[in-house]
Amino acid sequence: MDATRREFLAGSGALVVGFSLVARDAQAQAVGAAAKPLALDDVDAFLSVGRDGIVRVYSGKVDLGTGTRTALRQIAAEELDVALDRVDLVEGDTARTPDQGPTWGSLTIQVGGVQIRQAAATARRALLAAAAERLGASSGDLEVKYGVVRLKNDPTKSAAYAELVGDREFRIKVDKSAPLKDPATYTVVGTSAKRVDIPAKVTGEFTYMQDFRVPGMLHGRVIRPPALGATLVSVDESSVTGIKGLVRVVREGSFLGVVAESEWAAIKAARALKATWTAWEGLPDMDRLYQVVRATPVAKDEETLKRGDAVAALGSAAKTLSATYEFGIHLHGSIGPSCAVADWQDGQLMLWSASQATHWLRRELAAMLALPADRIRVQYLDGAGCYGRNGHEDAAADAVLLSRAVGRPVRVQWMRHDEHGWEPKGPPTLVELHGGLDASGNIVAWRSEFWIPKLTLITDGVPLVAASLAGLPGRDAQNPGNIFQNSAPGYAFPNVHAVCHRVETTPFRPSWIRTPGRMQNTYANEAFMDELAAAAGADPVEFRLRHLNDPRGAETLKAAARRAGWTPRPSPRKGAKAAVATGRGVTYVKYENVRTYVACVAEVEVERATGAVRVTRVVVAHDCGQIINPDGVRAQVEGNVIQTVSRTLKEELKWDRSMVTSLDWKSYPILTFPEVPRVDVELLSRPAEPPWGAGEPSAAVVPSAISNAIFDAVGARVRTVPFTPARVQAAIRATI
Amino acid sequence: MITLTVNGTSHTLDVEPDTPLLYVLRDDLALHGPKFGCGLAQCGSCTVLLDGVAVRSCVTPVSAVGAKKVVTLEGLGTSARPHPMQQAFIDEQAAQCGYCVNGMIMSATALLAKTPNPSDRQIRQALAGNLCRCGTHQRIVAAVKRAATTKGA
Repeated sequence: MDATRREFLAGSGALVVGFSLVARDAQAQAVGAAAKPLALDDVDAFLSVGRDGIVRVYSGKVDLGTGTRTALRQIAAEELDVALDRVDLVEGDTARTPDQGPTWGSLTIQVGGVQIRQAAATARRALLAAAAERLGASSGDLEVKYGVVRLKNDPTKSAAYAELVGDREFRIKVDKSAPLKDPATYTVVGTSAKRVDIPAKVTGEFTYMQDFRVPGMLHGRVIRPPALGATLVSVDESSVTGIKGLVRVVREGSFLGVVAESEWAAIKAARALKATWTAWEGLPDMDRLYQVVRATPVAKDEETLKRGDAVAALGSAAKTLSATYEFGIHLHGSIGPSCAVADWQDGQLMLWSASQATHWLRRELAAMLALPADRIRVQYLDGAGCYGRNGHEDAAADAVLLSRAVGRPVRVQWMRHDEHGWEPKGPPTLVELHGGLDASGNIVAWRSEFWIPKLTLITDGVPLVAASLAGLPGRDAQNPGNIFQNSAPGYAFPNVHAVCHRVETTPFRPSWIRTPGRMQNTYANEAFMDELAAAAGADPVEFRLRHLNDPRGAETLKAAARRAGWTPRPSPRKGAKAAVATGRGVTYVKYENVRTYVACVAEVEVERATGAVRVTRVVVAHDCGQIINPDGVRAQVEGNVIQTVSRTLKEELKWDRSMVTSLDWKSYPILTFPEVPRVDVELLSRPAEPPWGAGEPSAAVVPSAISNAIFDAVGARVRTVPFTPARVQAAIRATI
Repeated sequence: MITLTVNGTSHTLDVEPDTPLLYVLRDDLALHGPKFGCGLAQCGSCTVLLDGVAVRSCVTPVSAVGAKKVVTLEGLGTSARPHPMQQAFIDEQAAQCGYCVNGMIMSATALLAKTPNPSDRQIRQALAGNLCRCGTHQRIVAAVKRAATTKGA
């Protein structure tokens, strides 16, 4: 029987599988229709093998600059026993990749990679079964190397994957019981394979979203209102008539844009265009931000942990302490502003976007345009790092409206002020904590309240900017992430009550930014933990270990302390009077209380006279279970630390009553080379454990470690992020 | 019409004279190395070399370039034959999203031309005006140091 027509029994015996006779017609009718199987339980959704032997992996999760493009290949290469350079990866194409959810929450490896791994294991078993039949052997007599199945006792008898299934579909369901390879036999997973994209990125050969061009494409720019809630009254088109290359001024409600033959003409037109807007002053007074947060009506209370009776235990504690922590509004601060190319033709849309959620974006655009989703295809291309939902989705909606207006492909590149002003932002967080110690200095009571926005539901979100301005419907697919996470303390206190007040509104469109909520909540919890350690006169590491009932967590914390050369003593440091004080601070977290363990020691120098803080060294111990690519994890930890030192020391959105006033890098400074600390990373490798996320967890520990180090250095507690010199100076003065 | 020498090739282009060099390189010459980051000379991602000097192409009108030779990231090397600085960035895996890396490599190349064996401090100072958001700084400094010790850098 011809192998291409063969149907056979897979190894489990129960599953009848057949590789499809002909490749599916890739020329689907609607532009957005599936070009191949996409169901999450379908092996073909994740994998194909070409006649050339190339294994193609289809990933709904995309590489946002974190290196998962390489790590996902490693997972597939390992499980299928093919060479790494024979694996290709398609990312974030609504017509070709399964909807594995947005690329968020440090889940690309933990969830996306594990799905791909199981699909590969299922495929491998089916390929072995097919080879067994072809070679007249049983699966147990076979071995696979470099994508070729051979008889163990007669290697001349072989069948390559390409011969068995090349260019055809598997047509089998992902089987959760398909056996996975023993991690002890791994040769690809667990190695620091070099990133596949770096050579092209350092030579200008790579095509970023911002570099992407299509034939006949025009350049668009948007003109946003000068106040966030203003509406458009009138446009004076005569103000731009002389600009060479200008094609059209596009107005739809309060959505305003220009389209031109050249990028420079579009920029000049956007600058010159005279428009009249209504006045709007709906933003709160910046200096009263946290009072406003506290006074905002609460939509609902979420109890994230209740154990024992915290109120009663506080009442009977030997010593009690209370503190309030505040965490400011941050920008994603992508170095390349958001960009998209939209091609609207005959009621159908092809869109290229750096969105971290192409499937979600498609649904949002379908709602905005009142179109069936299969009329829309969204293809991911790398943008600058986004670290959460930045402006890419909004820029996409802008490009769509402009392309629809002019009937040609339009590229929209946001300017720097568009990005700073209009990207959705990390919401402000307010936390109030109460703790009680017994006579031996142990925590017997812990009560915490978190004021955070309510928007965590997909049905209850924040619309695209263009949809809002143009008065078009929105599907509300945005949300600021599960920002309640890590509000519950991860220690074994006998009496705990943690509550999140989900407030109705927040001043700016909220978004998730790297480590959303987990960073703010861990910051408050772990700084307060340090306050209690100091009140108990205990060493901060020993104090944490005393309350930690988690051996793996304790091991991580000890690893960080050991690597940092931590010598036990209480904070603050005694008797230091130097003009520049030095200190060290520790933090521990189990991410979301269920996965990656991180411990961190930060070392700082504090200039007493000015309050200027310099972070000199940050040591991190990191246990994310099985590590796919150690150098990739290290890079993520380094990046998390440096980015979060920047957020903690320097970053704070500014605004007036109408608009964001942090509209460039001068008014929203981030950390520069001379200010960057040395980052020292220890990875705790556990190859037999499930792989957990690494893209976010090590950011969670940084703000509190710095707060604790400042306290150690000068005995003053700063409780508002960022720790600007003025705030540190005020905290120091308060201690004198 | 404006004549520009870019990466050793002369081009005559019909562009408005006030167009920033960046857009001419990206849109008219289809180069991907120099990036738009801010248009304000604040971030460095648009950096190119003009007669060996690192400049911000986003605020340099094309009419001001004159006879100066423009070198972009593409003019240094290719992935098949990378420049020692590019090779050093590959060896140190000194990119995350990689969007800022053009500016890092061009600024560092200009630094080494003047200061062949810079200290860490000199490298950090030279790159102080180049912003990186992913936090790749430590690897970038290591890459520049590596390039400085590589023959031909």
